[in-house]
Amino acid sequence: MTDLSIQEASDIARSYRIIRDKRKRRATITKHLFLAICSLVMVYPLIWMIVSSVKPDNEIFGNISLWPSEFIWQNYPDGWEGLFLSFTVFYKNSIIVTVLAVIGNTLSCSFAAYAFARLEFKGKNIFFALMMMTLMIPYHVVLIPQYLLFLKIGWVNTFLPLIVPRFLAGDAFFIFLMVQFFRQLPRDLDEAAMIDGCSPFKIYWAVILPLSLPALATTAIFTFIWTWEDFLGPLIYLNDIRDYTVPLALRNFISQDSVSMFGQLFAMSILSIVPIFIFFIFFQKFIIRGIATSGLK
Amino acid sequence: MSGVNLNKVVKSYGDLEIIHGIDLEVHDGEFLVLVGPSGCGKSTLLRMIAGLEEITDGTISIGDRIVNDVPAAQRNLSMVFQSYALYPHMTVRKNLAFGLGNLKMPKAEIAKRVAEAAKILQIEELLERKPRQLSGGQKQRVAIGRSIVREPELFLFDEPLSNLDAELRVQMRVELAGLYQRLGTTMIYVTHDQIEAMTLATRIVVLQAGRVEQVGTPFNLYNYPQNKFVATFIGSPKMNMIEGKVNNKGLDLPDFGQISLPATAPKSGAIHFGIRPEQFTIVKSGSAEGDATSTGEITLIEYLGSELFLYITLPSGHIVLVQASSQTQYKTGEQLTLSLTAKNAHYFGEDDLRIPLYDEKK
Ligand SMILES: Nc1ncnc2c1ncn2[C@@H]1O[C@H](COP(=O)(O)OP(=O)(O)O)[C@@H](O)[C@H]1O
Ligand SMILES: [Mg+2]
Repeated sequence: MTDLSIQEASDIARSYRIIRDKRKRRATITKHLFLAICSLVMVYPLIWMIVSSVKPDNEIFGNISLWPSEFIWQNYPDGWEGLFLSFTVFYKNSIIVTVLAVIGNTLSCSFAAYAFARLEFKGKNIFFALMMMTLMIPYHVVLIPQYLLFLKIGWVNTFLPLIVPRFLAGDAFFIFLMVQFFRQLPRDLDEAAMIDGCSPFKIYWAVILPLSLPALATTAIFTFIWTWEDFLGPLIYLNDIRDYTVPLALRNFISQDSVSMFGQLFAMSILSIVPIFIFFIFFQKFIIRGIATSGLK
Repeated sequence: MSGVNLNKVVKSYGDLEIIHGIDLEVHDGEFLVLVGPSGCGKSTLLRMIAGLEEITDGTISIGDRIVNDVPAAQRNLSMVFQSYALYPHMTVRKNLAFGLGNLKMPKAEIAKRVAEAAKILQIEELLERKPRQLSGGQKQRVAIGRSIVREPELFLFDEPLSNLDAELRVQMRVELAGLYQRLGTTMIYVTHDQIEAMTLATRIVVLQAGRVEQVGTPFNLYNYPQNKFVATFIGSPKMNMIEGKVNNKGLDLPDFGQISLPATAPKSGAIHFGIRPEQFTIVKSGSAEGDATSTGEITLIEYLGSELFLYITLPSGHIVLVQASSQTQYKTGEQLTLSLTAKNAHYFGEDDLRIPLYDEKK
C-alpha cells in the first residue's frame, strides 16, 4: 500500500462528494417533477373552474385553451346578485347551519365519547356496539323515515332538521374517533382530578377536552366541510329560496331558465370554497399545536 | 390529622381476589410504608383508601368516619401518583391551584397557599411553566406541591420516586422525610424499594400476594422478621438461608456442622437458618471464634467503596454472601474461613415462621 498525501486524499474525497451530490440532485429533481405532475392532475379541475369563472360563457365548453380571450371579472359581482336573491342571504343561511352544526357535533360527540371512554354504566358495551352499527347504515336508508319524522314535528322548511340532530351526537364516526382519542389519555389524570374534587362533568370539561384539541379540531374541520358542501340535506328540507344554502343556490344558475349562466356559476362556486379553505387553514394549526402542547406525545 | 383503619378489607376483580382481608391500623401522624414485590396489591390497597377503587368487602375508616361510600374528593386526602399525573395543559401554578379552586376557596387564600407550597418545594421560578417544560425531579416537586396545598388529613404516595434517577431519588427521599417532619400529617407510602421503606417509615407493612406478612418498625422488621419471606425481603443484600436438620445435639448445618440450640428449640425436623451477610466473621489464621466455621472459595467480589461483598462457595456447593471490610484486599479463588455465632442468626421452622430462640437475650 502506498501512502497518499493529504492533498491527493482530499482530492479523491472531493471527487466522490461531487459525484454523490450530483446523483442526489438528479434524484431530487426527478422526485419533484413526478410530484408536480401528480398535483397538477389533482388540481386541474380547480384550475379549470377558476379560469372558467372569468371566461366568456361561450368559451367555457367551446374552447380547448385554458387561457381566456378576455377576463370577465364582472362574473363575480353579477353572480353574487345573479339570482332572485343576493348570495349574501345564502351565505348567511349556510353560515348559520354550518356553525351550529360544527358546535353541536363537536360538543355532543365528545360528550358521548367521554361516556363511552370513561364512565361505567349498564349496557355500555351494547350501546357502543349499536352506535358502531349505525356506521354501516347508508344515509339514504334513513332518509325517508327521517323526513317523515321531521314532517310530523313540523320542522320541514326550517333549519332545524339540519341543526338539531347535530346536538344529539348522531355521528358515530366522530364519536368513535374521540373514544379512541380519550382512551389514550392517561387515566391517572382523571383520578388526580377526582381527588382534586372534580365531578365527572368537570373532568370532561377541564381535563379531557383541553387535552383533546387534535380530535376536536378534526371533528370540527370535517363537520364544517361536510355541512358546508351538503347538497342533499338542504335540498330535501328547504323549499323556500330564502332559506337556501350556498350549494342549493348554485344549482339555480342552471335550472332557473333555459339560458344557464355558467360563468357566474363558476364564479360563485369558487367563492363557495373560500370559507372551507379559511376554516381548514385556521383549524389544522390546532391539530398540530394540540399534539405539540398536550405534552402527551 | 387522623388515622386510618382497615377492617377485613377485600378486593376482587370479578372472581379473582387480589386483596385477601387485610386488617391494618394506621396511627395518627404516622409515616406508614407499604412494601412488597411487584403485583402484591400495594397500589390496589392504596387506591381503595383513596377512593379510586371500590371496596369489595370490609370497611375502611379515616378518622372516625367509615369512608366506603364517600367519594375520593370528600375523603380529605391527597395522592401523589407514580406518573405524577400533572395536568399537561395547565401551568404549574394552575396545577397547584386547581383542586383549591374546586373547593370554592377565596382567590387570595389560594394564592397564599400556592406561594407557600412553592416556597417549601423551591419551585417558585417554575410557576408559569407547563409540565412538559420540567425535568423529572421538578415534576415530582410540583406533584408533591399539588398535594400539600390542600392541607389534607392524609397523604398517599404511590411509588412517587420510581421514575427518578438514582441520585435524585436519594435527594427527594431526604426531602420527603423533611416534609414529613415539618407537616406531621399521616402518610401512607407505597414502594417496592425496601431502602425507601426503611429510611422513611415510622412503621412498615410488608405485603405479599394480597396478605400482610408483618407490620413493624424498620428496626423490628430487620432484627425480628416474623417469617422467611420478610427475612429475605427486608435487608439488602439478602439474608443467607441455610437449611439445617435438628438432631439430639442441636442443629446440623451443611458445611458448618453442628451448633447447639437452647432448650426451647424444636426437637426434630428442619430449620431454616438465616444469617445476614454482616453477621459472618472472617477468620484470620486459626484464631477461631464463634460457634461454627466453614472454609470456602471466593467466587465473586462486589466492591462498593464503603462496603465489600464476597460470594463464597462452600464445600457443599452452597453460595453464601458475606460482608467484609472494604479496606482488605481479596482475590477471587482465594480460600476463606467463615465463622458464625448461633445467637446472631434467625431461625424459621418448616412452616416458615420465626422460632424465637434468642430474641430475649439480644
Ligand atoms: N383492573 C384490574 N383488573 C384485574 N386485575 C387487576 C386490576 N388492577 C390490578 N390487578 C391485579 O391486581 C394485582 C395487584 O396489582 P397492584 O395493586 O397494581 O400491584 P402493586 O403491588 O405492584 O402495586 C396484580 O396482580 C394485578 O394484575
Ligand atoms: Mg403499583
